[in-house]
Amino acid sequence: MRKALPSLLLHAVLALGALFTLAPLLWMVSASFMPGGEANTFPPRLLPSAPTLAHYVDLFTRLDLGRQFLNSTLVAVASTLISLIVNSMAGYAFAKLRFRGRERVFAVLLAALVIPGQVGMLPLFLLLKGMGLVNTYVGVIVPFMAGVFGIFMIRQYALSIPDDLLDAARVDGAGEFRIFWTIVLPVIRPILVTLAVFVFLSAWNDFMWPLIVLSDEAKYTLPVALASLSGEHVQDTELMMAGSVLTVLPVVVLFIALQRAYIRGVMMGSVKG
Amino acid sequence: MRGSVERRQHRAGWAFVTPALVLIGVFFFVPVLAGLFLSFTDFDIYAIGRPETVRFVGLANYARALSNSLFWQALGNTLFFVLVGGPLSVVTSLVAALLVSSKLTRFQGLFRSIFFMPVVTTLVAVAIVWRYLYQPQYGLLNWLLGAVGIGPVDWLGDARWAMPAIILMTVWKNFGYNMLIFVAGLQSIPEELNEAAELDGAGGWARFVHVTLPSLGPTFLFVGVMTMLGNFQLFAEPYVMTQGGPLKATTTVVMLMYDEGFRWWRMGMGAAIAFVLFVIMLLGTMLQLRLQRERRT
Repeated sequence: MRKALPSLLLHAVLALGALFTLAPLLWMVSASFMPGGEANTFPPRLLPSAPTLAHYVDLFTRLDLGRQFLNSTLVAVASTLISLIVNSMAGYAFAKLRFRGRERVFAVLLAALVIPGQVGMLPLFLLLKGMGLVNTYVGVIVPFMAGVFGIFMIRQYALSIPDDLLDAARVDGAGEFRIFWTIVLPVIRPILVTLAVFVFLSAWNDFMWPLIVLSDEAKYTLPVALASLSGEHVQDTELMMAGSVLTVLPVVVLFIALQRAYIRGVMMGSVKG
Repeated sequence: MRGSVERRQHRAGWAFVTPALVLIGVFFFVPVLAGLFLSFTDFDIYAIGRPETVRFVGLANYARALSNSLFWQALGNTLFFVLVGGPLSVVTSLVAALLVSSKLTRFQGLFRSIFFMPVVTTLVAVAIVWRYLYQPQYGLLNWLLGAVGIGPVDWLGDARWAMPAIILMTVWKNFGYNMLIFVAGLQSIPEELNEAAELDGAGGWARFVHVTLPSLGPTFLFVGVMTMLGNFQLFAEPYVMTQGGPLKATTTVVMLMYDEGFRWWRMGMGAAIAFVLFVIMLLGTMLQLRLQRERRT
């Protein structure tokens, strides 16, 4: 009884916080269904008077945003697959395989975490230009293919694999790559899911690098296309909201489906501090 | 026999890390070093076609950047964002974490997921949404403020309000991330500590100040450093919401680097600006580590 009032107050504050947090997203969805011009009225409308799909149709026909949607999907999926293979191999080796120079190499990699990506961006652009990779999908995914944070995440998880398990396989004559493929990968599956969500989200959401590398509109990813459209169509509020929904929806759905895995990754990040 | 096992592992180990090391080396370490070199040259649009025309200019780019008033304005804007937006974001995260993980709270998982939702959204998309929320005539925010008697604010059109508006939007977008890290920190505080304090007659506030806050020390350091490093790199929000205006009030150092390097193709200058920012970020990190160490002793 004594705790009823504080509890009520606490939940009221939480509910208000949740409302403020969701409001911009809910308004985005609502406005995307409003007839043209209805989002620019006073007082503002919260719900569409007559819900319409016209702006979504517009996105896929007149603006041909379906193409950029596919670009984003391709870039995010390719980044995820490549980084899973590269980072899991390296992370496992740093945790479990004894090789000379291991600790020193790992320390150098960790030190790289303090260097912001922008420091290397200009030369990286020139390098890719020299390799003929500017304005290509490969150029977009280059920064995502291998990552220190991903390697670190896999390593922390792989440390808990019992050495006996690996040694038993070695006694049976299994090669190191076979051990990795048939024993290690199934064991570290949970952290692979975490890494996959992390990489997919950052590749999907990234803006600055694809903005720099891509010059051809047909190759734009959704964020770059959206930013360029928002300049031309600044008056078409409802259309821009439909475009925003299209961009945000896949990552929100992915987060809701795999939030356990994602949250574990965020918490692991704090361990390294 | 033993030697051959060791040799086999040595070889396998290097084989496993080589793809990652090559990729990180070629696409990160080499560009960073090349960036330092680039910052000492006059590399510009003509040099892209004819690299042999590039000249070594020593510290001239750094001198020009530091004598440019726009650089100082961008640095001032960025520091304002770091020093005001950072603490505001950290405090919001801590409050949310305390509320979400209170023993009285029901549906903890649900609230946690809701507060975390903006973190996963695409920055460009939600920046566009917020641009309309900030719209002075029809925007939701001014309508709400009007309801409590506050006159219309031209959020993104007024040089005084544009940066605070961007701060508000980024706090909304990011507080869920640090909230989760604080939740993890709170969970790692031993229950006995709180119980002992309660037995000693410490009230809720006293326990917060003398038990919770000191126990969160390492978490604060981590959150503080990571938030600061992220905030120094502010780019997409002003790029989408204000294009750096009005009156350059939201132009940041990274925007300046982008403009110099990729808009005007003055790459030597752009690289110099990037390195100045890097040094400032390093100093900021060292300062926070130092403050934390002093607080502990």
